[in-house]
Amino acid sequence: MEQATSGNLADILSQQETDILSDWMALQRSSSTRRADLIGDAELHRQSQDFLNAFRQGISSRKIDDIEAAPWQPVRDILTDVSRTRARLGFTPTETAMFVFSLKQALSRAKGSEKVSREEFWTANSLLDRLGLLTFEVYQKSREDVIHKQQRELLELSTPVVKLWDGILALPLIGTLDSERTQVVMESLLQSIVETGASIAIIDITGVPTVDTLVAQHLLKTVAAARLMGAECIISGIRPQIAATIVHLGVELGAVVTKATLADAFSLALRRTGQFIQKARPQFQENSRGTDTNT
Amino acid sequence: MERIPILKMGEFLLVSIQVDMHDRLAMTLQEELTQRIVSAHSRGVLIDISSLDVVDSFIGRMLGHIAAMSRILDAETVVVGMRPAVAITLVELGLSLPGIRTALNVEKGMELLRRKEADRLEFGDGSNVPHQG
Repeated sequence: MEQATSGNLADILSQQETDILSDWMALQRSSSTRRADLIGDAELHRQSQDFLNAFRQGISSRKIDDIEAAPWQPVRDILTDVSRTRARLGFTPTETAMFVFSLKQALSRAKGSEKVSREEFWTANSLLDRLGLLTFEVYQKSREDVIHKQQRELLELSTPVVKLWDGILALPLIGTLDSERTQVVMESLLQSIVETGASIAIIDITGVPTVDTLVAQHLLKTVAAARLMGAECIISGIRPQIAATIVHLGVELGAVVTKATLADAFSLALRRTGQFIQKARPQFQENSRGTDTNT
Repeated sequence: MERIPILKMGEFLLVSIQVDMHDRLAMTLQEELTQRIVSAHSRGVLIDISSLDVVDSFIGRMLGHIAAMSRILDAETVVVGMRPAVAITLVELGLSLPGIRTALNVEKGMELLRRKEADRLEFGDGSNVPHQG
């Protein structure tokens, strides 16, 4: 029985594929969810044609009630592709899902569709519903992928290790320090210590909005790891409010040296490494060095 | 039985750990090292762990013991060459090896020991430095 009825819809589809396609295209074009600014007519036509073709092949198989079955694989592939592109282009979820849902109306308006049994129509209807939901899932997933990608990029962007001077590294931290970022910060700091052979690392927390016990613990972990690699750490850029918070929370920074500004930390680092920077004389800068040695 | 060689470099001793540590080996190393510090009048011990992929709590504790023993014998201990991954693991385990000096590599460790030694001769704390000046 089911085979016979599904053959019926399949017959309508295969006999009037072009009619249904043009009707569907008209529906999509006149719909308020049509985004002519994002997708061209030719592209939409191609997508619709591919989908309808795959849909016809799917419906002429016996497995009309299961979109996970093998005959529906091409349909799923096309839909996945369509919704992924649409998510990237900036379609809303509704506009994406309407691609499938608008086919319902086109099908019900096709010639001879009134002869199709209610039962079969119902099955086809719920089938299209599920395909619509599939577009929704893919849409959501590709959006999440974008978010994850941005998160990763942000993570790399916000943890640079810069070499300030011979043997002195600086680590300007921007943004909140969670455990995942601490891991990245630690790895890149230790790697840079190995590469540059630095003996002092300045961790600047000017860009860290709040320091709670957890953030402090992460900072101390980083300091401890750097110490194990033979590098001393100085924490700088502590704003007055943060100093107050640290004391109120009762965070014990231990033996870690802290400085208010990066400049202070840098001058301490220079002293520790036995280097110093001197102001050049305002006049005769070129000659000053030569005359200095003589006097 | 395998042994860990202890090399004498001037007034310092150099130990390079390249094999898996186990109880017996650690005991032997501690014993031999303390003997060598005394017999060679060493002022410092460098322990190179750059070939170790894994440093667990056992090795961490052993390093701590060696450092403490050496300090009693008036020799400074510096652990050198720890790998970044090892350092991160140790910190995550909560083992930050307090009381142990560290340096990036043997060269820097040696430099650190020399500086310590020079400081000690200059400001000499007296009690532990018999031949001052």
